Amino acid sequence: MSVTMIAIYVFTLACFVGYHVIWGVTPALHTPLMAVTNAISAILVIGAIVVAGSPQAANSTWIQVLGFCAVMLASINIFGGFVVTNRILAMFKKKS
Amino acid sequence: MKLSNDLFAVAYLAATILFIFGLKGLSHPKTALRGNRLSMAGMLLAIVVTLFHPDVTNYGIIAGGLVAGAIIGVPLALRIQMTAMPQLVAALHSFVGLAAVLVAAGTYLMHVQDGHLNPVVLVELVVGSAIGAITFTGSLVAFGKLQALLGSAPLVFKGQHALNGALILAVFVLSASFAREHTTGLFLAVTAISLVLGFLLVLPIGGSDMPVVVSMLNSYSGWAASATGFTLNNQLLIATGALVGSSGAILSYIMCKAMNRSLLSVILGGFGTTAEAAAENATKKACRAASQEDAAFMFENASSLIVVPGYGMAVAQAQHAVKELYEQLHHRGVEVKFAIHPVAGRMPGHMNVLLAESEIPYDDVLELDDVNPEFARADAVLVIGANDVVNPAARTNKSSPLYGMPILEAYKSKMVYVIKRSMNPGYSGVDNDLFYLDNCSLIFGDAKKVCEGIVTCLKTN
Repeated sequence: MSVTMIAIYVFTLACFVGYHVIWGVTPALHTPLMAVTNAISAILVIGAIVVAGSPQAANSTWIQVLGFCAVMLASINIFGGFVVTNRILAMFKKKS
Repeated sequence: MKLSNDLFAVAYLAATILFIFGLKGLSHPKTALRGNRLSMAGMLLAIVVTLFHPDVTNYGIIAGGLVAGAIIGVPLALRIQMTAMPQLVAALHSFVGLAAVLVAAGTYLMHVQDGHLNPVVLVELVVGSAIGAITFTGSLVAFGKLQALLGSAPLVFKGQHALNGALILAVFVLSASFAREHTTGLFLAVTAISLVLGFLLVLPIGGSDMPVVVSMLNSYSGWAASATGFTLNNQLLIATGALVGSSGAILSYIMCKAMNRSLLSVILGGFGTTAEAAAENATKKACRAASQEDAAFMFENASSLIVVPGYGMAVAQAQHAVKELYEQLHHRGVEVKFAIHPVAGRMPGHMNVLLAESEIPYDDVLELDDVNPEFARADAVLVIGANDVVNPAARTNKSSPLYGMPILEAYKSKMVYVIKRSMNPGYSGVDNDLFYLDNCSLIFGDAKKVCEGIVTCLKTN
């Protein structure tokens, strides 16, 4: 199986997992769901780190700039997304 | 420290599982906070492990980026008002989109240096950049509309769909030629066209369809992460992106269903252009106005009240006044429930968050299917800044554009009070039959002031 084919397998199966997990989310928590998926989609930071920290970046200012901006944007999402989700969920927790 | 490839894979798998359990935690408010912590742990694990990647040699830039992100992100998340959540989410989506474009561009330049380029990688790169670019500008427009920087009315012009079609075709054609013979120019061209497409795709969509748009962009941001994963051959990115992508897709589906509209009709936009016809209709019929005192008297003597909040409650920041009304009536032995329509507000779950912020117990906040049987039994209903979601025309009038949309059956209750700023029709431009029913009275005024007024009346009685 080629590398691309493995990737397609993972992608397809993950879509099914996502489908089942997300239908289980209570509608009352749809806003925190969006906030947390937003933070999670910033997993892109992994790609940004690989670009910013690559040996190739040492030879190219362009790659450094692209890498830095990408890490920063993803990082805003990670911190912003998780913190705001925490804030919202804490409000739901108060009355339980 | 050098880690073997398999060890990376195990750590990434663990991070994926943490994300899955994190999302699963959201199935109930009680487990949700723990879920969020699991997701955070997953993210931390993924980042720390990646720092040990053999190809990662230069830590200064990475540390700088991470710290800068924290400095910007944390205060933003702590200060944002709950009524502004839709804007914040739209803004964050745009960041993911832009990050995807930058990672694709950076990866392309890296591979130009080391020569690891083949048609498959090139297609993955350019697709990742295109999805990221559409997410970026689409989210910027959504942000602009939600923040009222842009008009929320749908912007439609002749030949719009033809233009979009031509641009999409251009993206495909140029991507194909990029895969055959790659140049930086072609990469930039595809990215630039996708940026324009993002603008054009969201501009024609009106304010009230924003729950669908925000969900769709949420979905795109996931697909963008997945596409980046394909480029980097990183299964963690692929799987996590797919989780987020399906989440957004399901939310879009739920929102569309709640409006009885197809995803395609929302995307093509231009809904809500029949306002004149409705206004003309409105002058023919008479409706009844009531005072805050009337409402206070009715509510006090009722045994059960159902409150239907809508976008108007968010605009007026009335959630705390609503909470006080809830407490006053609760003390007097009135059973107060809240009825939430899936598309109330500007994003999925918007009303729930505002009610949670004002500390209304979530057990008293009910979803459409659970609350609809209750209306016929309720002594009174209070509609706060909601309109189309309580329009009985969706049930009774086959010629209404709303026909078939699931609604909250407020009209079945003995007495309905509607707090409204003016007689303007709702977003859809459709006149609301509810207002002309014998059991309905309108209280004109700002949602917050009226709620506070009712509370004052209750206290002085």
